[in-house]
Amino acid sequence: MSSGLVNIAYLVAASLFIFGLKGLSHPRTAVRGNLLGALGMLLAIVITLLDQHIIGYGIIFAGIVVGGGIGAVLAVKIKMTDMPQLVALFNGFGGLASILVAGAALVEIAGLQGTVGAIVLDAQLSISTFASGLIGAITFWGSLVAFGKLQGLTNDGSVRYPADQIVKVVLAIVILVLGYMMVIYPDSSTPYWLMVIVASVLGVLFVIPIGGADMPVVVALLNSFSGLAAAATGFVLFNTVLIVAGTLVGASGIILTIIMCKAMNRSLANVLFGTFTVTEGGPSADEVYGGKVKSTSADEVAMLLEGAKRVCIVPGYGMAVAQAQHAVRELFDLLEGHGTLVEFGVHPVAGRMPGHMNVLLAEADIPYERLKDMDEINPSFKQIDVTIVIGANDVVNPVARTDPDSPIAGMPILDVDYSKTVIVIKRSLSPGFAGIPNPLFAADNALMFFGDGKKAVEDMVKSLKDELG
Amino acid sequence: MDSFAMVFTIFVLAAFIGFEVIAKVPPTLHTPLMSGSNAISGIILIGAILSAGSQYTWLTAGLGFIAVVLATINVVGGFMVTNRMLEMFKRKD
Repeated sequence: MSSGLVNIAYLVAASLFIFGLKGLSHPRTAVRGNLLGALGMLLAIVITLLDQHIIGYGIIFAGIVVGGGIGAVLAVKIKMTDMPQLVALFNGFGGLASILVAGAALVEIAGLQGTVGAIVLDAQLSISTFASGLIGAITFWGSLVAFGKLQGLTNDGSVRYPADQIVKVVLAIVILVLGYMMVIYPDSSTPYWLMVIVASVLGVLFVIPIGGADMPVVVALLNSFSGLAAAATGFVLFNTVLIVAGTLVGASGIILTIIMCKAMNRSLANVLFGTFTVTEGGPSADEVYGGKVKSTSADEVAMLLEGAKRVCIVPGYGMAVAQAQHAVRELFDLLEGHGTLVEFGVHPVAGRMPGHMNVLLAEADIPYERLKDMDEINPSFKQIDVTIVIGANDVVNPVARTDPDSPIAGMPILDVDYSKTVIVIKRSLSPGFAGIPNPLFAADNALMFFGDGKKAVEDMVKSLKDELG
Repeated sequence: MDSFAMVFTIFVLAAFIGFEVIAKVPPTLHTPLMSGSNAISGIILIGAILSAGSQYTWLTAGLGFIAVVLATINVVGGFMVTNRMLEMFKRKD
């Protein structure tokens, strides 16, 4: 096939990706959008297989069979509560593939120098290869650390060590020096692989200090990087569809990253390199909670729910950990059957990745028109009789509104404290990620329901069934 | 226009299109958008196919093979899991 025709086919594939992503940003067109994207991918793959440089198909098809099998099994078997890990893993695979493709291309182009039609080894090529390897390595290792934290294999919290920022700066300088070597010795692949190794260390150090609750930002950012790594490899291979598709993913990831940062009222730099400065002057847990926390029982909650006209459920990461979404669905059905209006107030950064709670509630068959964004539900809390908070803490802490010195000051929160009664399901009074006590738990209209999220909701369902007789 | 300027132009225009097309995503779709775009970043598969297929040396073919496996996991797994999630959202319409 002529290269003209190949490029036209790539243009069609790239257009399908654009329509696909556009579709994915609207609920009604999302399924079709995903299929259009898949169609574009199929077209790009088939056209590439016809490329005249390909002399053997054995390795390619073996790879596709193995990868396709693994991918299909993962996609079918994965539990919805484990989606953040899967997305992190996929981000990482994209990054590693970019490192390998750019590295193989460098070896091949350098070896073909002097033959007819060889690509010129110039600074632009070296810099593109450098970018593929650098972004790819940070994406791969950063994603592996994120995966480890999400899966509970490594410490989920923020791991700090002395002079961490200086170590990162030194590594960055070493990477730049190796990049310069790549430009000076364009026909050697050694500086490239050395750079990949150093960038791998940087990737690990980059995500290790970031705590669990900041994971939505990191996962979105690494999603963006996995696209940019592919785009950089497109520059190495002079391949337009790689550049367009990679850049689209890069843009989409950046948009999600910005949304997540806004939802925490923090800058990206603060999430990545800063840390919550725990204010010394803040009130202690004893001062906030001392004698004021009221604990409740399933029977009492059932009585409150029976009399409620309007109920809001606010899910947090605790719901995902306890796998409580199906129990929540039962409670939802019971209340709706009783004529109560039940809505869900979902904070943008609830959970460990963008949209985490929405996916879990959709899995449990909650109609999505009952899932309300923060801006949508906040004006309604004054009319809500009972709000049930399941495993959320910082995102419902009224201190964000009231105390300008608090580490979460100015963070948009769900105003659950405005509803008539708030029931908080939580294992203990332990602080959330911000490390500060939550005066909501001691508020006059708040009742604490201590225990595992799933068990607690199941108990409520049982008591409510008895109550409604 | 030299070829680098040309591909760079494509890059910048694609970034603008990306920002315009995806600007407003409802939170319900944040996760499917990520897994779906993940599948699209599996486009690196075509670079991997070229490395694995041109078989310039055993090294490049081997690197290509691993890259084909990883990229195909992204493509197949990404599109399938996105579809699975979106079907969950759709049923309640």
